[in-house]
Amino acid sequence: MSWRVATVVALRDQTATARTIVLDVVGWPGHDAGQHVDVRLTAPDGYSAVRSYSIASAADGQRIELAVEQLPDGEVSPYLAHDLVAGDLLEIRGPVGGWFVWRPEQTEPVQLVAGGSGVVPLLAMARSHAAVGSRAPIRLLYSVRDAGSVLYGSELDTLSRRDGGLEVTYAYTRVAPAGSLRPPGRVDVSLLAEATWPPVDEPTCYVCGPTAFVEVVADLLTAAGHDPGRVRTERFGPSGGIR
Amino acid sequence: MSVDPLSFLDGNAAAGELRELFAVDLTAAVGQCAGCGHVAVIAEARLYVHAPGLVARCAGCDGVLFRLVKAPGRTWLDLRGLAYLQIATPDEADRPPTA
Repeated sequence: MSWRVATVVALRDQTATARTIVLDVVGWPGHDAGQHVDVRLTAPDGYSAVRSYSIASAADGQRIELAVEQLPDGEVSPYLAHDLVAGDLLEIRGPVGGWFVWRPEQTEPVQLVAGGSGVVPLLAMARSHAAVGSRAPIRLLYSVRDAGSVLYGSELDTLSRRDGGLEVTYAYTRVAPAGSLRPPGRVDVSLLAEATWPPVDEPTCYVCGPTAFVEVVADLLTAAGHDPGRVRTERFGPSGGIR
Repeated sequence: MSVDPLSFLDGNAAAGELRELFAVDLTAAVGQCAGCGHVAVIAEARLYVHAPGLVARCAGCDGVLFRLVKAPGRTWLDLRGLAYLQIATPDEADRPPTA
């Protein structure tokens, strides 16, 4: 697999620090929901840096959508989140990753658990699920700092209004919006029991977020009785710091 | 060297580098740790990217599974920490639409 040139065709702000980048990639072979691409930036002196970004979109011809959260000390993310403009070219390699994926032929219940911007590949799964009209029951538990940090909130609303569509539960860790049923807090045993498919339903669970979040949630799920082989994980590093 | 216990990623993040070397996606392959015998999908290994190159460690015993180091024009891949890899090779008719 070699590097391809992608053209930036649209940019949309998601939150104060995150934005969506829509790319047009000539010869894109299509992708599975959950896969990612590597993005390579090369400085004039030849120094280059590579980072992985999850694809947010369901398969759609040669268009793909990434979502990038800007990290304060990031080498790559500030450029992508701030400086990039439509018409710019990026080098990408992908799609890659064949484990943390959801495929339309899967019929078992789907449990998505997101920590922060870990929602991105899970959104691709929810979008793909809706696009193919899957009847597999699907839920998302989305742990996020506060309402202003939610990525793709209006689209998640839309997906959840579809008949047989995504069931979304927000777990606010810092500030819960007025009218929330639960005080702010981290994902714990009782919330998992309340808002996720029970082990007896044999869901495939997809957990994505910062490493500490994924470690905790994956352990809670297996302790609750989920088969470890059905708990698939993707880690971003310390609070997403590696990106 | 002391490493922040939560500074690791996982095998998913090695997919691009491995895909440059192999015709199939190795992160979906199952591997056995040569140290402790733990069997897991490569995607679930702990991946450290702060070293020069990539170091994948067993989620069971933290032993090194593989190391991948690149230099201009060359790549070193040390797989001695893996006793075996089990790679899905579906029949043509069963192959998923994208790989």
